Amino acid sequence: MKALNGCRALIRKELTVYFATPIFYLAGFFFLLLVGYFFFTNVLYFSIISSQIMREAAQNPQVTGQLHPQQLVFRPLFGTLAIVLLFLVPLLTMRLLAEEKRSGTAQLLFTYPLSDWTVIMGKFLAALLVFIILLCFTLVFGVVFAFISRVEWGPLIAGYLGVLLLGSSGLALGLFASSLTENQIVAGVAGFGLLLLFWIIGWVQELGAGGWGGVGQFLSMMEHYDSFTRGVIDTRDLVYYLSFIYFFLFLTKRQLESRRWRA
Amino acid sequence: MAMMVEVRDLVKYYGPVLALSRINFAVAAGEIVGFLGPNGAGKTTTLKILAGFLAPSAGTARINGYDCVSQSLEVRQSLGYLPESVPVYPDLTVTQFLKFAARAKGVEAKEEKAEVERVVAACGLKEVRQTLSSALSKGFRQRLGLAQALLGQPPVLILDEPTIGLDPSQIVEIRSLIKELAGDHTVILSSHILPEVSQLCQRVIIINRGQIVASDTPENLSRQLGRGASLVLRVRGPELEVEAALQAVPGVLQVSAQGEERYLVTAGNGHEADLPPQLAREVVGQGWELMELKAQDVTLEDVFLNLVTEEET
Repeated sequence: MKALNGCRALIRKELTVYFATPIFYLAGFFFLLLVGYFFFTNVLYFSIISSQIMREAAQNPQVTGQLHPQQLVFRPLFGTLAIVLLFLVPLLTMRLLAEEKRSGTAQLLFTYPLSDWTVIMGKFLAALLVFIILLCFTLVFGVVFAFISRVEWGPLIAGYLGVLLLGSSGLALGLFASSLTENQIVAGVAGFGLLLLFWIIGWVQELGAGGWGGVGQFLSMMEHYDSFTRGVIDTRDLVYYLSFIYFFLFLTKRQLESRRWRA
Repeated sequence: MAMMVEVRDLVKYYGPVLALSRINFAVAAGEIVGFLGPNGAGKTTTLKILAGFLAPSAGTARINGYDCVSQSLEVRQSLGYLPESVPVYPDLTVTQFLKFAARAKGVEAKEEKAEVERVVAACGLKEVRQTLSSALSKGFRQRLGLAQALLGQPPVLILDEPTIGLDPSQIVEIRSLIKELAGDHTVILSSHILPEVSQLCQRVIIINRGQIVASDTPENLSRQLGRGASLVLRVRGPELEVEAALQAVPGVLQVSAQGEERYLVTAGNGHEADLPPQLAREVVGQGWELMELKAQDVTLEDVFLNLVTEEET
């Protein structure tokens, strides 16, 4: 109960800071601008394809079955969303622990009766909430698209679950990067670098790296993301993301513990 | 009496550098203890370990019966800590900051508002309630730091340099605030300034190069110095004669002319109190003009020089 109250206090504080600083608005603005742009181009592409298909349908009625909004609009949209997240997530997490150390407020935070886990969960959940708020704005696209075409809500929800898990994993990793340094920029760059690494590690498979290729592919954040964008929720992917999140939050905890002994 | 703070054989290494070497002391409930020492002596390190921010390399520290390492949360529950240089969250207003601190310290939701109001009033923060912490002056910042330490009425207060960087009137205010806290709270504070410590504290612990060199009441400590108090006089008159006359006053240990009509008089042991009127009578009796007569504060440097020379001889 006490831990929960401490966690809530921390979430409130972090949200106040997020909404009081320009980084949230700036990152949010560009995030929505980019995602909006990609949605627009996807819809444009979809309408071109669909008018072509309609013309063909006059001769061959079967081709209308190929007109698949999930495949043509939302799956590529989720793909590009992942790229935008690569830039957005480190921006949201870089401040979290680095700034506490730089400004010395860590001396307050870590002498309040809050356990390390309470601090980590408070910070992580605050970043996650901010991320969810930004993500909620993108729901508008689904609603807008429902007016002009048929939307399959099931796969769309699966896709959003994928974005949420991918984002959460990135935030956990970014939080860890922020615990390593007292410089926000360094934390941001390290977070970005680590994210990129966990993204491209799957590519070794395509290079024909043999047995290690499979390992790389399994560790890759994007491999597990792919099935969600197809509308498939696989337990293996869920387990991957949840373990990924736990692993990096755990590393963050070890990092905080070690500070007590080294500093 | 129950010991609120107990430190045993505390050792702290920063890498290969020895910061504390076997520190031992205890503080009883309700006591105000001052930590005195030059920069880098180990004051802040000791306080950080007590506050649970750092772990010692060896030895134990207990607060309110709890171990600072293995029962860190219980320890942190029973103390208020004002870190050196007073870090604050720059993006939060004073009220937001204090509300967060209150919740983090486990103040009940329904008592939160009253508790924040209490420390705002106690530390004189009413006028800056809605100001961003980053925009506060040094004095208000220091008060905010003190206010957050007081939240939740912790039995032990650890204040690292509570009056540094304040202007004289603020120093007086903060000192009287700390004095009011005595009794209900056990207070450990650190300082550079001997008069401050001797005014506030019942006991002084002097620390140098990671070791405790003395621990006693301020009175005993200055007696221990063995040199007595110093007085500064400004006398308008022939220098050599004045010097000789002052030297002749009973109880005077040493007189040194310092130019510009100034004389530094060192009193012998036990003569500190009766010396000023005698000196004044002597000067006036000789027909010279007494421009100024004041007691010289014993500085930390004096204490140290004495302690160190005593150790060497």
